[in-house]
Amino acid sequence: MNISLNLNGTATDWEVAPGQTLLQALRASGAFSVKLGCETGDCGSCTVLLDGQPVNSCVVPAARVNGSRVTTLEGLLGDDLMIRLQTELVEQGAVQCGYCIPGMLISLYALLKQGPPIDEETIRHALTGNLCRCTGYVKPVEAARAVAAVLEETS
Amino acid sequence: MKVVGKNVIKIDAFKLARGEPVFTDDFTRQGMLYAKVLRSPHPHARILNVDAAAALKLDGVVDVIWHRDVKAIPHTRAGQSYPEPSPYDTLILSPKARFIGDRVAVVVAESVAQAIAALDHIVVDYEELPALTDMDQSLTNSEILIHEEPDPRGISEAGMTNIAARIDKQVGDVEAALKECDLVVTRDYHLPRVQASHIEPHISIAWVDEDDRLIVRTSTQVPFHLRRMLARILEIPEARIRVIKPRVGGGFGDKQELVVEDLVGVLALRTGRPVRLEFTREEEFVAARYRHPQRVTMTTGVMKDGTIVANRMYVLADTGAYGSHALTVQGNTGQKVLPMYPVANIHFKMDCVYTNNPISGAFRGYGAPQGCFALECHMDEVARELGMDRLELRKKNHIKLGDTDPLSAKLGEGKEGLVRVVKSTGLEKAIELGCEAIGWGNKREPSAAHLKRGLGMALAMQGSGIAGVDWGGATVKLNDDGSVNLSVGATDIGQGSDTVLAQMCAEELGIPYEKVIILSSDTDLTPFDVGAYASSTTYISGGAVVKAAAEVRGQLAGVLGSHWECEPEDIVFSDGMVTGPGDQSMTIAEVALFALYKAMIQPMATASHMSNDSPPPFAAQFAEVEVDTETGQVHLCRFVSAVDCGTVIHPKMVEGQIEGAVAQGMGYALFEEVLLDRTGRVLTPDFLDYKIASSLDVPEMVTILVPTDEPTGPYGAKAAGEVPIDGPAPAIVNAICDAVGVRMFRIPATAERVWRGLKEETR
Ligand code: FES
Ligand code: FES
Repeated sequence: MNISLNLNGTATDWEVAPGQTLLQALRASGAFSVKLGCETGDCGSCTVLLDGQPVNSCVVPAARVNGSRVTTLEGLLGDDLMIRLQTELVEQGAVQCGYCIPGMLISLYALLKQGPPIDEETIRHALTGNLCRCTGYVKPVEAARAVAAVLEETS
Repeated sequence: MKVVGKNVIKIDAFKLARGEPVFTDDFTRQGMLYAKVLRSPHPHARILNVDAAAALKLDGVVDVIWHRDVKAIPHTRAGQSYPEPSPYDTLILSPKARFIGDRVAVVVAESVAQAIAALDHIVVDYEELPALTDMDQSLTNSEILIHEEPDPRGISEAGMTNIAARIDKQVGDVEAALKECDLVVTRDYHLPRVQASHIEPHISIAWVDEDDRLIVRTSTQVPFHLRRMLARILEIPEARIRVIKPRVGGGFGDKQELVVEDLVGVLALRTGRPVRLEFTREEEFVAARYRHPQRVTMTTGVMKDGTIVANRMYVLADTGAYGSHALTVQGNTGQKVLPMYPVANIHFKMDCVYTNNPISGAFRGYGAPQGCFALECHMDEVARELGMDRLELRKKNHIKLGDTDPLSAKLGEGKEGLVRVVKSTGLEKAIELGCEAIGWGNKREPSAAHLKRGLGMALAMQGSGIAGVDWGGATVKLNDDGSVNLSVGATDIGQGSDTVLAQMCAEELGIPYEKVIILSSDTDLTPFDVGAYASSTTYISGGAVVKAAAEVRGQLAGVLGSHWECEPEDIVFSDGMVTGPGDQSMTIAEVALFALYKAMIQPMATASHMSNDSPPPFAAQFAEVEVDTETGQVHLCRFVSAVDCGTVIHPKMVEGQIEGAVAQGMGYALFEEVLLDRTGRVLTPDFLDYKIASSLDVPEMVTILVPTDEPTGPYGAKAAGEVPIDGPAPAIVNAICDAVGVRMFRIPATAERVWRGLKEETR
């Protein structure tokens, strides 16, 4: 089946196989930031934005994104907020193996896009679908709080 | 120090945060095939025949292999130094399935979907055999033998019983000593089967290159061991194999094992095409490795004044269908744990049995979390029976500076060990700071009437590498611009070893950290290293880096000494500058140019490092819980870790290690358990049923680093990766007992179990 979507700002046509997931289609098209961790919708390492909302791409049929806007980390590499988040995560030591990090970044980006007020509680809720086995979430949450604080000041 | 001890940017962090294609799977090759494993539906069965004719007719299916197609070369899949202290009880594909999920056949096809579809069309003729899935039954039953074949090596009682490994070691005379004690306390502790749950699954891609060499790109902790093991079981020379480790999405011990690499190797050689095999999450739960489930019986003899006189630990453990790491994990349960209280009489005995359950293996802590749980819960039990304060009991008896680890000489890595004396310890300080941070002795009020608060603590120690066994190499090469190529066999699996090693290299050469270009773990390009396990990298591989860098510095000092007409020893390397005793000075880049173009030498050195010591890092960990007396629900409010890992090379990364370990340890204490049915079938094969800590579960964490100066470590460093996972479970369970008076002898302490305990208490 042929579908059209807006992938990271670019009009894109995909030939999708029956049963193919959005995760598979994205990786096949070179969006390697989208990671496979479980394929059951439980770990969040495959998180992308579908029309601006974070979703687990492993449980979204590729066919369903026909006509939609799909954003992966690759599409946000030039975005100021994303760069701020990445920098803060790196500087706070929140990146260990890094496998969960693209998914976390997408979830945090979606949260911070909503604008203040954002406290630790909302950050922890936003990250609850992103499993990380390395960090215990302390440093990722600290990093997100630091970015939220800057947003608060400048808003 | 200029670089060591600083929070430099983790060397790979930006590329990871940009989602660059750096993991094993972020890579394809022309004509790649996809493999899938057909797994046994029976816990114990002979595989009489595999009929793949129908599968082979399907679109895209290229090949199907089963045990007839591969030579039977018994081996262990444990990624350990040669000769491995694990039994050679495994074949690539065996004529017998030994657990539900054991390999039966492997399909390769043009796509994953085609490979999966083909699995249903393979017809297998099984002869079912009676199975053993209970470790007590395995211990006594010798009618049913899980490994009865005559050829395996290294099984404790091959062909006679189901015992994979045994240890029975004693110092002093425990039996006699117990008779003299004022009080003897004996308890059983039950430890569950838990899973490492690294988020990146096992994955491996192999191909044969234009020089007819087998290239294996794989998510592993042990690239060099893999090369050796693959050469033997694939029967090709090591020279024809190259193992490349890209970024790894977590390992925690589960990748200290040959889990998928042999299959992609066999299939790439057979088909001549690149072959990829990736585990599904379900396969992770069924066919990767577990922390060994154990029952630990602790007996302690103590005098009225709290002096511990004797400790006995008996461990019964379930290795599952194969015995990788059976001897050494269980050995560690005693060896890494009992020395915390270095009393004159210690008896450690363990039986590790085969069952028809999924396979146990290495998981961060490597036996110590089980032993530490038993011992540290037991200390609270002893204190309670004795009517003594539990902190005082520990303070009175714990190991101190200058003490000899009483078990070290008797118990090494599957053989006699080397005597270990404590040359650095921050344990006293850690206890003091930890107590202060948690508010020991003044419990806060619970937040509601049906809630009760409690505090608990645990002490832990581990090692830094395996004494006399672990070693690693490092090469340092100076370039024209003063940058340095550092290549190491050491394996960065996300813990940050590349960064730590680059810091040490920069420090030793007196250059900025940014000048170090690191390459790690490529068997063609880097020196050897045993790999990332046993908390060895900072201490052991770091030692090699420091030596190699010092040698390069010596070479440069030699060249400049003759040029400047001064003693080489008087030349100082610091801040990217090299200065002589007069007013001579050059930048490191000028020195490099001078060496390369005037003196015409390549400043370069390779060094190896091994240690006959394995200095223990120490941890004192404290939990504050709130228990709901109506539901049994435990809320972990705060957790304090005070850790002595010697000199801290990178504070934030060490904190990160500790915080991650606390999250894993809290899961062990409160909710993680892989459940099996009576046939050994996994009932919890996904993250919905097997819960790991999320951002909402983890407590407020306080992490305190207690630096010491370890005389045998590079810059005084010891290990940090494993010790913090030992204490959380006992500290949490001790806190539960403090809150509601219920002792959880079995973890995880789920709400249901605590609730049951509360009911019994009131009855
Ligand atoms: S891979 Fe999609 S949620 Fe885990
Ligand atoms: S950093 Fe490894 S899973 Fe999060």
